Amino acid sequence: MALLQIAEPGLSTEPHKHRLAVGIDLGTTNSLVATVRNGIAVCLVDEEGRAMLPSIVRYHADGRVEVGRSAAVAHATDPRNTIISVKRFMGRGLKDVAYIESMPYDFVDAGGMLRLRTVQGVKSPVEVSAEVLKVLAARAQASLAGELTGAVITVPAYFDDAQRQATKDAAKLAGINVLRLLNEPTAAAVAYGLDNAAEGVYAVYDLGGGTFDLSILKLSRGIFEVLATNGDAALGGDDFDHRLFCWALDQSEIDPPSSEDARRLLLKAREAKELLTACEEASIKAALGSGEKVDLVVTRDQFADMTKHLVQKTVAPMRKVLRDAGLAPEDIKGVVMVGGATRMPHVQRAVAEFFGQEPLTNLDPDKVVALGAAIQANVLAGNRKDEEDWLLLDVIPLSLGLEMMGGLTEKVVPRNSTLPIARAQEFTTYKDGQTAMAFHVVQGERELVADCRSLARFELRGIPPMAAGAARIRVTFQVDADGLLSVSAREMSSGVEASVLVKPSYGLTDDEIAGMLRDGVERASEDIDARALREQQVEADRVIEATLVALEQDGDLLSAEERAAIDAAIGEARETAAGHDPRAIKRSTEALSRATNEFAARRMDKSIRQALAGHKVDEIQV
Amino acid sequence: MSIDLLQDFFGLFGLPRRFRIDEAALEFAYHDLQGRVHPDRFAHLPDSEKRLSMQWATQVNEGFRTLRKPLSRATYLLELMGVDAGLHTNTAMSPAFLMEQMEWREAVEEARAAGEAEELAQLHTRLRQHSREVFDELARQCDDEHDYSAAAETLRRLMFMEKLQHEIDDALEALES
Repeated sequence: MALLQIAEPGLSTEPHKHRLAVGIDLGTTNSLVATVRNGIAVCLVDEEGRAMLPSIVRYHADGRVEVGRSAAVAHATDPRNTIISVKRFMGRGLKDVAYIESMPYDFVDAGGMLRLRTVQGVKSPVEVSAEVLKVLAARAQASLAGELTGAVITVPAYFDDAQRQATKDAAKLAGINVLRLLNEPTAAAVAYGLDNAAEGVYAVYDLGGGTFDLSILKLSRGIFEVLATNGDAALGGDDFDHRLFCWALDQSEIDPPSSEDARRLLLKAREAKELLTACEEASIKAALGSGEKVDLVVTRDQFADMTKHLVQKTVAPMRKVLRDAGLAPEDIKGVVMVGGATRMPHVQRAVAEFFGQEPLTNLDPDKVVALGAAIQANVLAGNRKDEEDWLLLDVIPLSLGLEMMGGLTEKVVPRNSTLPIARAQEFTTYKDGQTAMAFHVVQGERELVADCRSLARFELRGIPPMAAGAARIRVTFQVDADGLLSVSAREMSSGVEASVLVKPSYGLTDDEIAGMLRDGVERASEDIDARALREQQVEADRVIEATLVALEQDGDLLSAEERAAIDAAIGEARETAAGHDPRAIKRSTEALSRATNEFAARRMDKSIRQALAGHKVDEIQV
Repeated sequence: MSIDLLQDFFGLFGLPRRFRIDEAALEFAYHDLQGRVHPDRFAHLPDSEKRLSMQWATQVNEGFRTLRKPLSRATYLLELMGVDAGLHTNTAMSPAFLMEQMEWREAVEEARAAGEAEELAQLHTRLRQHSREVFDELARQCDDEHDYSAAAETLRRLMFMEKLQHEIDDALEALES
């Protein structure tokens, strides 16, 4: 394998085919961006050669937004406008966030997802995350010297629908085309599995800055099949820092500190925690603004002891995930450790004890997720080579359900179902002439709606008026490969498609996102029309190219007449794409898409028939 | 156009319509099909093809889920054979079976009340053993005797046992946490 990049940056050996794609690990503490270069996944670095970008965003009064290390400098002096660990707020309300009272922010509780009041106005966690993503995307564009086709963005496997949607919305605000949301432990398994040609059942223990995931995967002949996943979307290295911080306050007998002092001391606690990975003891020294001094020494054993309840919190998910997968600890061939927090020796000990084997720590736990995401992004962007014949089959982490009478949950999609999945349920009207119906969608395992996560309320309208009980309304839940839910409904006797109005409980509405996009574009003094035009042109090119490839492979599936119609639609799309009217481009692209619908269905059938033919041959051989 | 393939899951995975299946062949066919239709193979393609891929991948997952588990496979097979297993409407059971069920339930209840995890785990294993035997009976009725109405009754018994199995698991989980 060539280690030197000989081609000019941005030029690959197949310039007409290779598309630039990246994997982004949007972490609680640090974020990374990686790509596949000459067949090897690498993290992209900043001007100073650093791969990790601290997930810290500072809003300045003059309208500047600072991200990363330079923003971290103001961590303790301007805590209200310097947002850290924003991932913990994604898709969350104020009530959901632990020790929120000790955080220095000016929270706005407008119901739904919490907001932060900064010198630049009220910000949603989605907008703050978008700032981190923008910096990573810019780093990628500069380093790859070209336009990005898209990105795979990783999320904790245990993220619910609202948290996933918030992540996808952040990417949208940052102007990034999301190829896929990929679960962090699955990304790590890909990087590890492909690197080591692993086969068998593996566990991935992923303890990040703010989230914990445990996934069980079966690796066999290039298929990465997630059997079950469990976790805690609010448990991570941050909690260990916070515990040490509380201990330090306690030991030094300090009254509730100011926001500035709290940040200063929290940072010292984190440094001490990191030191304890390599050393038997660490000191915590800080001169506070209040005049008080902290001067303490903490040993590794003391730290392990004061945080053992946190490590213990990861044991129950380990047990549950094995039960869901129908496995015992001894069935696990290897345990892959991911996330900076797995460096803590007592965490490694607990995992080794549970699984009865030393965990695999030969990978960089900070980078492996981004690298796995980059490998997946490369394939999703269409750069798959024939020998890269592997596939991910992931699951939904938490059951989806509907609220029934009496506040009980009716499960519609069970947890650990392989994605994509669709489930339908039928309902009827209870009043004569009823034309609307309301539903409440929740996520979680508990029986009571109040104990589950509220995702959205939606309303069906346009049900044809009938006698009570006569209408048959079929509500379909579809969860896509990103783990995101969409709902559709149809009245079965009349065939009327009811319109579904969704009001997300902890998410942004389409209008809010459109508003934020407009604001962002204005601030960047970017021409919104130019952006729309460029997006439409890219889409048109994509559809034209895909159609040409399809024609080359399977043109024989079409009659001369059908072929002519598609050729004409291609010509039309090409012509409008050369012009400057985004709406005309959109129209002709959609027309081309429609013209190829039947062709695409035939191609899919052909592929499936080939699979069936293949099985028959196998049966004869056996 | 694709209706013939969609008609039944056995056909989709290239398997004969029987209760006893070659599990390795099912899994192989499942992976092969997902390799062709999964959304990850279509991520760079136009939306219309992505939609098509999602529909197919959903269908393939549904088929695999249905055939992999013996209980859902049997339910599905009987449905294909035009036998209504009456899982929700027909709750008539032989008195002997109901008696046996009561005894099981009492044993589970006692173990739960006494907090005996060990006892519950044993009940779990014994019940599993027992249901394996009943599944063998079901396989004979379906594949050898083609007596689908007898199979339907056996299936209803298995449903009862499955429910009981869940109750044991829930009790175990409650004891552990």
